Amino acid sequence: MADAPSRLDETLNPKLFDDDVEEIAIRTGFGEGLVCAGDADPRVVVLSGDLTESAQALAFKKKFPERFVELGVAEQNMAAVASGMAAMGKIPFITSYAMFSPGRNWEQIRTTIAYNNQPVKIAGSHAGVSVGPDGGTHQAIEDIAITRVVPRIIVVCPCDAIEARKATVAAVTTGTPVYLRLARNKTPVMTTDGTPFEIGRARIVWKSDSPNVGFVATGALLHNALLAARTLRDEGIEVEVMNLSTVKPLDTDAIVALAKKAKRIVTIEEHQVFAGMGSAVAECLVERYPVPMRFVGVHDRFGQSGTPEQLVDYYGMGLDAIIDAARKVIAA
Amino acid sequence: MLLTPHETKSLEETANDIRESVIEMLVHAGSGHTAGPLGMADVFTVLYFHTLRHDPKNPAWDGRDRLVLSNGHICPVLYATMAHAGYFPLEELNTLRKFGSRLQGHPHREFLPALETSSGPLGEGLSQAVGMAIADRMDGQDGARKIYCLMSDGELEEGETWEAAMLAGKQALYNLVALIDRNNIQIDGFTEQVMPLEPLADKWRAWNWHIVEIDGHNVQEIAAAFDEAKSIYEKPTMIIAHTIPGKGVAEFERDFHWHGKPPDAEQARMALAELRTLGRKIESEAE
Repeated sequence: MADAPSRLDETLNPKLFDDDVEEIAIRTGFGEGLVCAGDADPRVVVLSGDLTESAQALAFKKKFPERFVELGVAEQNMAAVASGMAAMGKIPFITSYAMFSPGRNWEQIRTTIAYNNQPVKIAGSHAGVSVGPDGGTHQAIEDIAITRVVPRIIVVCPCDAIEARKATVAAVTTGTPVYLRLARNKTPVMTTDGTPFEIGRARIVWKSDSPNVGFVATGALLHNALLAARTLRDEGIEVEVMNLSTVKPLDTDAIVALAKKAKRIVTIEEHQVFAGMGSAVAECLVERYPVPMRFVGVHDRFGQSGTPEQLVDYYGMGLDAIIDAARKVIAA
Repeated sequence: MLLTPHETKSLEETANDIRESVIEMLVHAGSGHTAGPLGMADVFTVLYFHTLRHDPKNPAWDGRDRLVLSNGHICPVLYATMAHAGYFPLEELNTLRKFGSRLQGHPHREFLPALETSSGPLGEGLSQAVGMAIADRMDGQDGARKIYCLMSDGELEEGETWEAAMLAGKQALYNLVALIDRNNIQIDGFTEQVMPLEPLADKWRAWNWHIVEIDGHNVQEIAAAFDEAKSIYEKPTMIIAHTIPGKGVAEFERDFHWHGKPPDAEQARMALAELRTLGRKIESEAE
């Protein structure tokens, strides 16, 4: 019996390949999740560093003004203040741009939050080159590396607004520090309310019975990964696509299973390839099931101004780059 | 409330015992900081034996005041004071900085849960104390207990200090009481040469803090400053405690070279002899 063709997971948005697919910013989903989290747990508090609207804390501020703290442009203070609030039983979310939190305040996060074992949630918006016109200073492409290297920090990169909302609500209950990596621009909604989400669990979102290559994607680039999988299928190349929304702790069993099934892996992330999600996958596979790999991401460069699409293409994370990586790893 | 003469002498004796413990700990450890711990023994004594609401036998008591030590490197005096107050046996002090010890080289609350925070990297403690004070205000606990933060003068060079100072002033956190160990030294030399801090009181005043300046070795002044802080309901209080680094051992006093090194065996013998002589003097005066 012939294998069924590769196909989209049935819980995903069936319109995700359409030109008029709904687009919502991942950070918007976070803002909705914050309000849900605030409703669900009175210990949730939100700290803002002069980016209340942009970093999506405004709805929470309006609904729970007594649980909102404006600290001004002071991200180092924000991390350590949150640590103190957590020590008194609060579950603080600190909200800023990823470049400044966890960028500028990395040592405060390491010492006062992670080393102190306080369950502060770090929400970094404007991650990736898709920030666009603001340019390289504001495009965090090192944030996965600097958070996943710190013990205890859970690192979650939601692929769309719906997953961001779920991840935000789930982050409240971990009892640990969590880094939520969020993106600025509107991106396709790929998941639905019914798509299962659990911190620490990867999910196959494009299924193949006998894949020639496995894609492991994190964040909004999952959409490009899915587009590439569909294009390759039409060329006779079967792909299985994993949404790895939790980069740490890594769902190693799922990654090893994918490697065993596909025998080739391409990782796709809007981040430096050094020490990012792809590196985490490689660390796992080198030890447990080595297979040829290719890494789609930013290769040791800084970003610049442009449209998100221009920048994603220019830095080698567009549809063509993913297809090219797949062909190369299959030829390897 | 003024200390009675008996209370005063008792606190002075305890401070002297704590200094002796600090010397013994450091010589056992073979590394660590000498000047700061000796200089802050009087402040720690007044806090743990007079001012703080705490229960050494029940460190997790929720109603306790919170004490954040920002400049974690002076932890020998924190550990010694806690041991003398009954948190753990005095013998444990000699495990300072040893493998597996609860008394880590810089405080780590996972090893010693009675600590409020792990600390060491400078400039972060005030922010954490501010966070605690804000949380207590949210919960209506700001009248029930105080948040104390002890800081060094050198660490004021960290910019985060002033981020925290601004926020505490903005929020008028009257449940927050901070104290600067104004001993005028840091690793590279005298603070006013490394990075001038004066006019220090004016800087805090400008951020809406209530300022009290005291002799950090006069237990009556120290206790009175903490009492005064409790009576302030409009703003956070900053106590600038003028101290002598290495206080109690003439050879160590006011010499920045003693910031970050321990005494050797001979220096420790000399220091303990001097402290014991002083201890006997306090005792005889009390009689």
